[in-house]
Amino acid sequence: MSKMIDINNVNKWYGEFQVLTDCTTSVSKGEVVVVCGPSGSGKSTLIKCVNALEPFQKGEIIVDGISVGDPKTDLPKLRSRVGMVFQHFELFPHLSITDNLAIAQMKVLGRGREEAMDKGLKLLDRVGLKAHAAKFPGQLSGGQQQRVAIARALAMDPIAMLFDEPTSALDPEMINEVLDVMTELAQEGMTMMCVTHEMGFARRVAHRVIFMDKGHIVEDCAKDEFFGNIDARSERARQFLSKILQH
Amino acid sequence: MNYHWDWGVFFKSTGVGSEIYLNWFVTGLGWTIAVALAGWIIALALGSVLGVMRTLPGKALPAIASAYVELFRNVPLLVQLFVWYFLVPDLLPTPLEMWYKQGLSPMQSQFLAVVICLGLFTAARVCEQVRTGIEALPRGQRNAALAMGFSTGQTYRHVLLPQAFRIIIPPLTSEFLNIFKNSSVASLIGLMELLAQTRQTAEFSANFFEAFTMATVIYFVLNMSLMTFMGWVEKRLRIPGMMGGSK
Ligand SMILES: Nc1ncnc2c1ncn2[C@@H]1O[C@H](COP(=O)(O)OP(=O)(O)OP(=O)(O)O)[C@@H](O)[C@H]1O
Ligand SMILES: [Mg+2]
Repeated sequence: MSKMIDINNVNKWYGEFQVLTDCTTSVSKGEVVVVCGPSGSGKSTLIKCVNALEPFQKGEIIVDGISVGDPKTDLPKLRSRVGMVFQHFELFPHLSITDNLAIAQMKVLGRGREEAMDKGLKLLDRVGLKAHAAKFPGQLSGGQQQRVAIARALAMDPIAMLFDEPTSALDPEMINEVLDVMTELAQEGMTMMCVTHEMGFARRVAHRVIFMDKGHIVEDCAKDEFFGNIDARSERARQFLSKILQH
Repeated sequence: MNYHWDWGVFFKSTGVGSEIYLNWFVTGLGWTIAVALAGWIIALALGSVLGVMRTLPGKALPAIASAYVELFRNVPLLVQLFVWYFLVPDLLPTPLEMWYKQGLSPMQSQFLAVVICLGLFTAARVCEQVRTGIEALPRGQRNAALAMGFSTGQTYRHVLLPQAFRIIIPPLTSEFLNIFKNSSVASLIGLMELLAQTRQTAEFSANFFEAFTMATVIYFVLNMSLMTFMGWVEKRLRIPGMMGGSK
C-alpha cells in the first residue's frame, strides 16, 4: 500500500521545551490509525504538524508526495486536500450550516455557488442533518455540530482526514452519533489519523494504534497486537490502557 | 438670575445676507456631520488594517501598528490638529504645499486638516478595538479556517473579521459618537461647524444661553439618532443561537 502520510524523524520545540522527539510513522492509503496517549504527550501537536498548522524544526513530513516543511510548498493548497476535525468543532458561528459547508468550496476550490450548495446538502444528508440546513451552528447540539464539521471537511474531497479528539467535548449520549459517522467513513476507505481515547472505536475500526508519551512515539503496532498482546506493551502504555479501559 | 429668554432669536435675521440664525445652525450641523463621517471612514478603514496587523504572526507588522497606536493615542487631539493644520503643510513638497495653501479655499483646507486629524486619531482607537475583537475569538477558529485551505487574507476576511466586528459593535459605537463630539475641535482653526456657529450666534445676537441650549439639544438628538442607528445595525447582524440572538 502506498503511503499517504509519511512522518520521518520529526522534532519540535516550543522554545526550550521539546514537544516532539524523533517521531516516525506513516499512514497508508485507506488506513485508519488511532493515536492515543496521556494529556500533554504531543498528540495534537503531531497531528497539527501534518497539515502545517504547527511548524516543526527537524525532520520531514510528506503528504501524498508533497513535503510539508518545504518552504516552497503551497500550504493552503495542501491543507485544502487534508480534512481536519477539531475537539471544539470550530464551525464558523456567523455562517448558516449551508454556508459553513459551501464557503471553502467556493473560496478555495473555486466551485460555483450552486455546485457547492448541492454538494454540501448531500453531505449534510449523509450525516443525517439535512433538516438543519438553514440553522446556525449555535442552534445545534454538540454532536450535531461535530457531524456538520465532518461534512464540511468532506465537502473538500479530502485525500485524508485528521481528527483531534473529536468526541472528547461531547456529552456521553452524543459520542456515538459522531463515532458512527467516522466508522462509516473508515469503512468507505478514507485514510484517517485519529487522536482519540475511544478505545472501543479503535478496536472496531482502526488498523493500527500509536501510543505517545512525552513527545515520543512509544508504541506503533497493528490493532490486534496492541489490544491482544497487552503483556508485550511498554509499562507506560499498559498503565494508560488500564486507566482508560476502566471507564 | 434676571435673564430675559428669547427663543424667537433663531428666526431673527443675522444681518449677514438674508440668513436667519437657524440657517447658521443648519450649516454648522452639516459641517459637523461631514467632518465626522469623512473622519470615520478613514478611522474605520485604517483602524481595521492596523488592528489586523497587530494580530498577524511575525514581529515587524505588529510593532509598526502598536507604535502608531502609542503615538496617536498619547498626543492630545488639539496638538495633533495644530500639527496637521499649521505644521504639516510647510513640510509638504512644494507643489502640494502650494495646492494646499492657495489652491484650496480656507474652508476646504480647514476641512481637510480636520478630517485627516480626526481620522488618524480615531484610527488608533479603532485599531485597539479591532485587535481586542480578534483576540477574543477562540484560537481554533483561525486554525479551522487555515485547515480548510484559506489563505491568511481569506481567514481574516471570511472568518475572523465578521465575528470580531460583531463583538465590538458597542465599543465602536462609542468611538463613532466620540468622533462627532471631537469634531468640535475644528472650531479652533476656524471651520464653521456646529460649535463655531453657536459661538458666532451667541456673539452676534447676544442671546448666549439660547444659542448654547440649541447646540446642546442638537448634539443630544444627533447622539441619540446615532445610537439608535448602531443599535439597529447590531440587531440586524446578530447571529442566531449566539450572543443573545434568538435560538
Ligand atoms: N503554543 C504552545 N506553547 C508552548 N507549549 C505548548 C504549546 N502548545 C502545546 N504546548 C505544550 O506541548 C505539549 C504537548 O501538547 P499537545 O497539545 O500536543 O498535547 P496532547 O497530547 O494533545 O494533550 P491533550 O490530550 O491534553 O490534548 C504540552 O506539554 C503542552 O503544554
Ligand atoms: Mg490535544
